[in-house]
Amino acid sequence: MSDNGCGFPAPGLQSFLFKPLATVGGFEFNKVMLLVLITTVLVIGFFWAAFGKAKVVPGKLQMVGEAGYDFVRRGIVYETLGKREGEKYVPLMVSLFFFIWIMNIWSVIPLAQFPVASVIAFPAVLAAIVYITWVALTFKKHGFVGFFKNVTGYDKSLGAVLPLVMVIEFFSNLVVRPFTHAVRLFANMFAGHLMLVMFTVASWYLLNSWLVVGAGVSFVMTIAMILFELFVQAVQAYVFVLLACSYVQGALAEHH
Amino acid sequence: MIANLAQLAAEETEQNPLLPAGPELLVGTIAFAIVFFFFWKKLLPNINKVLEERRAAIEGGIEEADAMKVEAQSVLEQYKAQLAEARHEAARLRQEAQEQGAALIAEMRAEGQRQREEIVAAGHAQIDADRKAAASSLRQDVGKLATELAGKLVGESLEDHARQSRVIDRFLDELEEKAEAAR
Repeated sequence: MSDNGCGFPAPGLQSFLFKPLATVGGFEFNKVMLLVLITTVLVIGFFWAAFGKAKVVPGKLQMVGEAGYDFVRRGIVYETLGKREGEKYVPLMVSLFFFIWIMNIWSVIPLAQFPVASVIAFPAVLAAIVYITWVALTFKKHGFVGFFKNVTGYDKSLGAVLPLVMVIEFFSNLVVRPFTHAVRLFANMFAGHLMLVMFTVASWYLLNSWLVVGAGVSFVMTIAMILFELFVQAVQAYVFVLLACSYVQGALAEHH
Repeated sequence: MIANLAQLAAEETEQNPLLPAGPELLVGTIAFAIVFFFFWKKLLPNINKVLEERRAAIEGGIEEADAMKVEAQSVLEQYKAQLAEARHEAARLRQEAQEQGAALIAEMRAEGQRQREEIVAAGHAQIDADRKAAASSLRQDVGKLATELAGKLVGESLEDHARQSRVIDRFLDELEEKAEAAR
């Protein structure tokens, strides 16, 4: 905690760094990694319970699972890619959505209280998987020349501005896009976590100062931010998957 | 100074939130790979199969209902057709019966007429024959009576033979005329 003069311990980057919980052969295992592994267990555990012995007439758990599955499949994948083209990518998108969502939800779970996606490595891995899928698909669909035409947005009708457009599109699609894809998720979770930590710490801090009313305000804000974060967590998972789908759609589309 | 800078740089890299750490990348990849693998190989095929079965069951039910509806429709049409046919048949039979009845009545009427005429004709013939027989026997009786009467008359006066003969004829003619008038 840094001291900026008045003694308020403003939360900073140190909130995102963890001492290793255990070190196995030089590999430092920290809290975030633990949360990721629990996320994996939770996602698989829930869907195993829901779909493991799926029945034509569903139980309650299966109904909830089906609703979530249907939301991603119909609401995101079919909407962007269509039923025929999209079916192949449903497993990837469903995995992405629930993995990211549960990773984000840790932000408001007592004891955990940390959104896994606010550590750049995890969004980066997922964005990289989508990126590799997209590049491979574009090559497969359009071939080498077609890949560059697709990536650079090659269009003869643009005339004189075509070289400029091609440079911008190339840079944007191949370099900037995977970066923004990962950072969008990361930054939302990072900022959300900072806000939560700040209001929580402020509640404690103000409780011991002359501005006791401020503690109440800060506490109310903490609750409000938790609700807002719950919303943002789901939205960011949705946006991540939606963007992944639209990238895949760009790869499958005939170059324009 | 240099050591200070190195430490600062180290802190910088450690603190830069946009630089992913290797171990975390590895853990993240493995964790996601496991999730993806389970969804891809086991869980989604599982639920897709069930959803497909459900869809088939629902569509099967709908198809069955459709088939039953079509069948019911065809049965109803068949029934209606049969009913119409039966009505038609009944009307035809009634018509036929009426026609037959009328023909029968007409035939019987004609037969009655014929029989009546026959009877009337036979009656007439009988009457004619009776009349003729009566006329001839009468003529004989009258002749005998006349002869008798004439004998009696002759007994008294035979000279008027011719005149008496005329009297008889006239008498007979009168009789015939009377008979004619009576008819």
